Amino acid sequence: MKRDLLSAGELSRDEAVLILDTAEELAGLTERPIKKLPTLRGRTVVNLFFEDSTRTRISFEAAAKRLSADVLNFSAKGSSVSKGESLKDTALTLEAMGADGVVIRHSASGAPHRLATWVRGSVINAGDGAHEHPTQALLDAFTMRRHLGRLEGLRVTIVGDVLHSRVARSNVLLLSTLAAETTLVAPPTLLPVAVETWPCAVSYDLDSVLPKTDVVMMLRVQAERMNASYFPTVREYSRRYRLDAARMAQLPDDAIVMHPGPMNRGVEIAAEVADSARSTIVEQVANGVTVRMAVLYLLLGGAKA
Amino acid sequence: MRIRDGVVAEVGEGLTGSGARTFEGDGLVALPGLVDLHTHLREPGREDAETVETGTQAAALGGYTAVHAMANTDPVADTAGVVEQVWRLGREAGHCDVRPVGAATVALAGAQLAELGAMADSAARVRVFSDDGKCVADPVIMRRALEYVKAFDGVIAQHAQEPRLTDDAQMNEGEVSARLGLRGWPAVAEEAIIARDCLLAAHVDSRLHICHVSTAGSVEIIRWAKSKGWQVTAEVTPHHLLLIDEAAQTYDPVYKVNPPLRTSADVEALRQGLSDGTIDAVATDHAPHPLEDKEAEWQAAAFGMIGLEGALSVVQEAMVETGLLDWAGVADRMSVRPARVGRLGGGPDGHGGPIEVGAAANITLVDPAARVTVDPSTFASKGRNSPFAGRTLPGRVIATFLRGSPTVMDGKIV
Repeated sequence: MKRDLLSAGELSRDEAVLILDTAEELAGLTERPIKKLPTLRGRTVVNLFFEDSTRTRISFEAAAKRLSADVLNFSAKGSSVSKGESLKDTALTLEAMGADGVVIRHSASGAPHRLATWVRGSVINAGDGAHEHPTQALLDAFTMRRHLGRLEGLRVTIVGDVLHSRVARSNVLLLSTLAAETTLVAPPTLLPVAVETWPCAVSYDLDSVLPKTDVVMMLRVQAERMNASYFPTVREYSRRYRLDAARMAQLPDDAIVMHPGPMNRGVEIAAEVADSARSTIVEQVANGVTVRMAVLYLLLGGAKA
Repeated sequence: MRIRDGVVAEVGEGLTGSGARTFEGDGLVALPGLVDLHTHLREPGREDAETVETGTQAAALGGYTAVHAMANTDPVADTAGVVEQVWRLGREAGHCDVRPVGAATVALAGAQLAELGAMADSAARVRVFSDDGKCVADPVIMRRALEYVKAFDGVIAQHAQEPRLTDDAQMNEGEVSARLGLRGWPAVAEEAIIARDCLLAAHVDSRLHICHVSTAGSVEIIRWAKSKGWQVTAEVTPHHLLLIDEAAQTYDPVYKVNPPLRTSADVEALRQGLSDGTIDAVATDHAPHPLEDKEAEWQAAAFGMIGLEGALSVVQEAMVETGLLDWAGVADRMSVRPARVGRLGGGPDGHGGPIEVGAAANITLVDPAARVTVDPSTFASKGRNSPFAGRTLPGRVIATFLRGSPTVMDGKIV
């Protein structure tokens, strides 16, 4: 296994499958009365969060604690240089405290890559700017595989603000490695330049894609994007790209609906869809802990134990 | 070649050395002293990044006998007082001539013309005006600036960057920026301004110089403007001749620069443009930064690269060894034409050659056979932010003469 997890794209097929299989084994644990393994006893995991994200932080915290690691939460809002301590100084501090693993969330793309050059412990990217969020992609793949029994050939449709989405980037890369067929759906303004070079298909028309979809993943769309003219109004966006009951009815019978959260109910997803039987949204949260346990176990559980 | 009283006295074979210091130049190329149109000396204001003293030492070591000091200092060089201060600091340092660039607008704010005439008439004799670092985005202000400097044969050097199209931009917009999740900087943001300004320069019949051209489309537009006979000149940096945006994938901000590194197709077009003369000059855009401004996450790090020391080597690698320029071409693009853009004139005070009897003895001697591994820790510049660190490049500046006096000998400051 690698030392760091910075990008979903750097995982080989075997490594990705190993993480998913390990998560499957660990999943049994959560059903036991005592949800704890001694695997990482005496190891220190630091949650270094430069951006608010309670759900991701507690997910990593729960994962590390269930493996008996010591967890330190380092919440450092605001970023370097202009606002006090630099990322490098923070890194050296963590190094001095003997962090075996650092889970980093940062608003600047590539911050985890920089951190990895300054610390010896494993660095896990918990979301960097508009770049990547590899553990989200892993938990999404895990959820898909549990529901649909496979990933190969699975038709996954990702809908929404792809341009600003680290979730979309990591999913496209990982799903490509795992041989699923991904389609991105968004207005042209919310698709990155050169998206045609990505290992996926692209469409502007949600309705034409839904009948050929096994998994539909809705991305959060921030209303503020409207002010930068990415779309004219929230109402128009919703009319064209929201997953509502009528659109959900176009999906094949066993298709599932996913969302990485937090949701904007009513904007990109209708409440009745979010709460429907097809929705795996709450389950994704539970799977997040399991998959992150697998990642911590595989990155930290080896050599230095 | 005999040099006497700062000028070339004789050129030819069989000159006798009686009573003179002699310098053996076997195997070396003699170039007219290099002229940089685009240097950030940082003084006044950011003496932690560079001073006139250290920056001009770096220039001399790079083979330069004249540099144009950009105006984005603190305070901004937008008055006769500041440009004279910089000019005087250059004279006192004595490593090369410092020609200050005056700000085109007050505080580089793009709203009101600076006192361009006062700077032109000052001891610094400013001829190049630029808000470099910022684009003169307002078309009316740009038009007026172009018109106004005609009174003293000035030139507006534009930093072509449409601000609305590059809000918080981090690197070239393309496949790599999309993959890395870094805000893109589209080529059109540069090209749209260049096209507009070429048309404006033609309309008011004035001189326009385009700073650090970085895209294939820009080269095409400039080629078209020149074909019309318009007074448009352009420069390219060494780093844009050799590096591409793929370098950003390590997220190491040593590759973060404005304008950004582009694609290999752009590099090819820039080399062709420099080769055929569409691009007039190589200019370093030497931009020193203290270590802490680069040891950060990409988004928080400063833009810019140092370039004075080793610029000639990069040009040799990109242009000479590829057969796109011979050494006469290098002399033209790194001395003759930039001197002409800056109006550094000929004669006993002038820069830009040619090396002939009666001309100022501003001369750079290069050993083209040398191979040097770039090590910024040995640089005279305070900056260490060289994207070429660790790279082995051809050529080495052996000696630089400023009006007959050596500023560099055996590759070391005199």
